Amino acid sequence: MNFETVIGLEVHVQLLTKSKMFCSCSTEYSDAPPNTFVCPVCLALPGTLPVINQQAVEYTIMTALALHCHIPGYTKFDRKNYPYPDLMKGYQISQYDAPLGQRGWLDIEANDQRKRIGITRVHLEEDVAKLLHRTSVNGESYSLVDVNRSGVPLMEIVGEPDLRSPEEARQYLMKLRSIVRYLRVSMANMEEGSFRCDANISIRPENSTECLPRAEVKNMNSFRAVYRALEYEARRQRKVATEGKRLVQETRGWVEKTGKTVSMRSKEYAHDYRYLPEPDLPPLIISQERVNDIESRLPELPGTKRDRFIAEYRLSTYDASLLTSSREMADYFEACLKTEEIKQLPQGKRAKEIGNWLLGEASRIMNAKNVDISEFSRHVGPSQLGELIVCSHNTINTATAKAVLEEMFDTGKRANDIINQRGLSQISDAGAIDAEVTRVIASNHQAVADYKAGKAQSIKFLVGQVMKATRGRANPQVVTELLKQKLEGE
Amino acid sequence: MEVSRQEVLHIARLARLGLTKTEVTKLSGELSIILKNFELLQQVETTNIPPTAQSIALQNVTRSDQASASLTPNEVLANAPRKEGGFFRVRAVLDNT
Repeated sequence: MNFETVIGLEVHVQLLTKSKMFCSCSTEYSDAPPNTFVCPVCLALPGTLPVINQQAVEYTIMTALALHCHIPGYTKFDRKNYPYPDLMKGYQISQYDAPLGQRGWLDIEANDQRKRIGITRVHLEEDVAKLLHRTSVNGESYSLVDVNRSGVPLMEIVGEPDLRSPEEARQYLMKLRSIVRYLRVSMANMEEGSFRCDANISIRPENSTECLPRAEVKNMNSFRAVYRALEYEARRQRKVATEGKRLVQETRGWVEKTGKTVSMRSKEYAHDYRYLPEPDLPPLIISQERVNDIESRLPELPGTKRDRFIAEYRLSTYDASLLTSSREMADYFEACLKTEEIKQLPQGKRAKEIGNWLLGEASRIMNAKNVDISEFSRHVGPSQLGELIVCSHNTINTATAKAVLEEMFDTGKRANDIINQRGLSQISDAGAIDAEVTRVIASNHQAVADYKAGKAQSIKFLVGQVMKATRGRANPQVVTELLKQKLEGE
Repeated sequence: MEVSRQEVLHIARLARLGLTKTEVTKLSGELSIILKNFELLQQVETTNIPPTAQSIALQNVTRSDQASASLTPNEVLANAPRKEGGFFRVRAVLDNT
């Protein structure tokens, strides 16, 4: 029997506020010693009262709007009860039946087709404490609690089960991360835990509307892990169903080392949250004016920006997608396009050239040095890159330009200074190149004989020799032409 | 509606309460009476009354996003029955990984 895979994702995003969700403890806990950003509120001491962080509400509305959600006029917080020592209060303040964002959508690109994925809800809650599991010397196991993370604003984005493959799930996650980063509401880093994903996955027999019991998969700490875990789970469920065995609804954890998911004894996690309206927090009434105001301040989002880049700069869909995948990269691109330096190139060439350099050599340097575009920009600003691009058209060849860019990144010097100091500008004197070509022909009998015997490849070796002798300053096309003329003219 | 012994035990488990047999019997009776009272309340005509989640007439109580000093680690751990290296130490939590 053929099965279809059905996936819905729940994403938790830590918001980039200065203080926690319900108290004024700092959120900069990542490198801090345990229990150093903790106060009576996040410690849940008796008699304390939570107060809602306005900025967290604003960030959540921004995200909900970017995901085309309806923002209700009335919203409130609720208590979600569960006994686990990562919660100081014994309950988590979350939102149950009146979330901040409702019924939205997000478009993804799947198999070169745009596909719309429903967003069920976007709500605001608080992060929980971190637990470390230990075993003492006499074999007793115990846990250690660090409350620093507890109370950090956490936004949950619940997607509809509209995804049909691990690849679609990956696309959806990347798009979502790109959006929250554009909005600058989160660092959205999966490895660091500021962007987390749980997946509901099930299969259904083709032509059926009924899914078999689903699994909720947890513990996936990278995009790759999500993709691999879903691939594994889709395969596992098909195998179980095909063998005529029964699937059970359960929570399964992804184990990176073995590349498998394992059952997490779902009975221990009986979902009996006994939600109740949070009596300590009055409801939030959100006026249409406020929603309109927030909407008017939203930045241009990745999808819109990509479409504009294609239309305005005549870039390919592929290049435009890559250039707009981060807001900083897109800003750098447009800043470079506006520099005086780049205006020395014909208008029709500018965007394509900048795109090529950013996605090519600049990206290679960023990957090699493990820096992002913001860091790259501190070494090589848009006007410096513009200057280099113009140089690569006039005074130096492409290979040299790449080396110059690397030196610019390392030293912070300008392209023209490096080129002048190191004497790198292309030899425009035809006589000087001519002399080198003659010398190389005279001293490489074998390669010359090979070429004349019909081995066309040999010319590359000879070009290489001339380039070496001129320290890369000759124009390789000119050299090739000169060599051909001389060899064939003899 | 009667609250069964089984339901009492389930609720007690969720609240991490250990109950004796006598307590279960007692609570089963008491919780049943509380529920009956709510059943009585349900007879009140509420068609035109909007549901409320709050009994105080406040709304939009928020604070601006400013961080301020937290407690010192010593203060945080002052009342902890067990601590270790700046952490609270608790009984083993089921490790699922």
